[in-house]
Amino acid sequence: MKHTLSVLVRDSPGVLAKIAGLFSRRGFNIESLAVGHTESEGISRMTIVASGGEHTLEQIKKQLNKLIDVIKVADLDPNKSVGRDMALIKVKIESPQKRSEVIQMVDVFRAKILDISETSLIVEITGRQDKVEAFIRLLEPLGIKEVVRTGKIALARGLKVVSLPKQTKK
Amino acid sequence: MIECLKKEGVDIIFGYPGGTIMPFYDALYDEPEIKHILTRHEQGAAHAADGYARATGKVGVCVSTSGPGATNLVTGIATANMDSVPMVAFTGQVPTQLIGTDAFQEADITGITAPITKHNYLVNDVKKLAYTIKEAFYIASTGRPGVVVIDLPKDVLVNEAEFHYPKRISLMGYKLVKSGNISQVKMAAKEIMAAKRPVIISGGGVIMGDACEELDALVKKCNIPVTTTLMGKGSFDERSDFSLGMIGMHGTAYSNYAICEADLIISLGTKFSDRVTGKISEFAPHARLIHIDIDPAEIGKNVGVDIPIVGDVKETLKDLAELVTEKGHDEWLERIADWKAKHPLVSFNPDVLNPQFIINSIYEETGGDAIIVTEVGQNQMWAAQYFTYSKPRTFLSSGGLGTMGYGFPAAIGAKAAFPDRAVFDIAGDGSIQMNIQELATSVREDLDVNIIILNNSYLGMVRQWQELFYDKRYASTHLKGNPDFVKLAEAYGAKGRRVEEKKDFVPALKDALNSGSTYLLDCVIPCEENVYPMVAPGACINKMMGVGE
Repeated sequence: MKHTLSVLVRDSPGVLAKIAGLFSRRGFNIESLAVGHTESEGISRMTIVASGGEHTLEQIKKQLNKLIDVIKVADLDPNKSVGRDMALIKVKIESPQKRSEVIQMVDVFRAKILDISETSLIVEITGRQDKVEAFIRLLEPLGIKEVVRTGKIALARGLKVVSLPKQTKK
Repeated sequence: MIECLKKEGVDIIFGYPGGTIMPFYDALYDEPEIKHILTRHEQGAAHAADGYARATGKVGVCVSTSGPGATNLVTGIATANMDSVPMVAFTGQVPTQLIGTDAFQEADITGITAPITKHNYLVNDVKKLAYTIKEAFYIASTGRPGVVVIDLPKDVLVNEAEFHYPKRISLMGYKLVKSGNISQVKMAAKEIMAAKRPVIISGGGVIMGDACEELDALVKKCNIPVTTTLMGKGSFDERSDFSLGMIGMHGTAYSNYAICEADLIISLGTKFSDRVTGKISEFAPHARLIHIDIDPAEIGKNVGVDIPIVGDVKETLKDLAELVTEKGHDEWLERIADWKAKHPLVSFNPDVLNPQFIINSIYEETGGDAIIVTEVGQNQMWAAQYFTYSKPRTFLSSGGLGTMGYGFPAAIGAKAAFPDRAVFDIAGDGSIQMNIQELATSVREDLDVNIIILNNSYLGMVRQWQELFYDKRYASTHLKGNPDFVKLAEAYGAKGRRVEEKKDFVPALKDALNSGSTYLLDCVIPCEENVYPMVAPGACINKMMGVGE
């Protein structure tokens, strides 16, 4: 069972290593981890996709909460949140015909072309994980040279927020 | 930095100087209010600070230089953190501009200690120093206590800043719990009132959380028998009829039987280590389980819990005691008394100088008023089984990590805190050699620590396992070539005596107690004496070997 955790952390040195280390030493599986600044200065948000049963997830959340740099941990309900992955894919182009095949695919998936040369194309796709994976699978026979993917990022739907506790807001 | 330590009420620190930490030592040189005890190895400093902290309840402080100094602290840090001991460790670091260049004596100590500390810091600006120290002491000593490491680059120690020590700090994401959720506590009270065969398991958290009086009050009100974990030794008076002694692998038979027949277990501040539970699926098969712990991550981690209560054990027990009414369990207590009479702890070599007699004699001679510090292995288990503990902070032992070499330096730390109390290091001939260099510290600081070596010329606990599970193939456990411990003690300026006959032990012990100096008693015990009862690893705790009939 996969879970998407939204984790607010203090932006201190070593915080990423501490969180990654926690997952590995307790035997928890990380599928992906994405991190970046938030609306508040000095605070970062990590979106972590982890797999495991209820007991494992419970432990993951509790152990994360024990880290001093972790401010808040929320388990996002897949039905009440939106999540996106992004991938950049470089495809080798051997003929004009192949190029148009790729462009067709890009149109169908509403992907974007970022770079184009005589022999290659770089396309960008954003979407749910299954969509990104389907797109990569369909491009594969056309000759993928390189793929880079972000981890999933996610937010709860509606006005619900995972943010700093009110009294400690600066 | 020294001003900060004074503000935190630090009176003794344990450490070892070196290149990068020299500015701190230079400042300490003229400081009358803080005593520095120089150990002979950084590991000794960490264990001594740990022993000081466990004996006093205050935050222990140790200091080392960068690189090897810091890595030598690592075992001591892991030992303390595993047993939730409040400690702050300061490590020197190479100057900030050299960090990351593989400079001389550089080690990434915040990286190395991240998994074995509650928190750690690399201070990169002298302006942050005071705040960091305040935060570190706060984190180390509150909630579930633990170790905080502060890594100090040399330039940060040299630079100057205006001293401002914050009165309060606020830490987002670090919230302290007080009493447990009241509706949960009410449910627990209901269970206690309904139970016919309740047992309390008291863990180290009861001592750390200063809740021994509250525990005693609950026991007296509801007549509930109490077993303790190794770390919980001293949380409940073992002279009481309600005491079952220790639970688990080397627990008492009656304690383990009681757990297996109980219909309610109230566990306080314990993590349900594998050494306590034995085979998890057969642990307390008939019991409902109430678990009170300050650390939510401990609840439900190893065993399933019926009534989880996250809270400070002292406050929660106070609430709980008010919600229950007086209640007797005569039938249950009779059954336990019957087990106690039938299955006492026994020595299988009663006529010779045996470890059970030695530990028991120490109890008799001191009237129980001593701080017992142990190494790890058979010596630790005998010290736990045969001394009757009645007060908290009198049994200091590495329970979680199981660190050989812990005992002697920790005893030095405890003795430094309480110079007027009798302090014993109960050691084996193996583990004493892991930090024997601290004889120099003990002698130089004029600390009359008593070292009792239970000398069986083996790494006894490993040998016992080899005897029982490896067909007596004693691979690398025979300690051929042990030194003459008495001569060694004398070489350091301590006193020593070798005891081979049972009749000679008590006079020698009296001599040690009256000597006023570091005293080593090398006691020759039977090579193949085992620690019993024993539950084989992975077996149910009521399946014990060596139960006395």
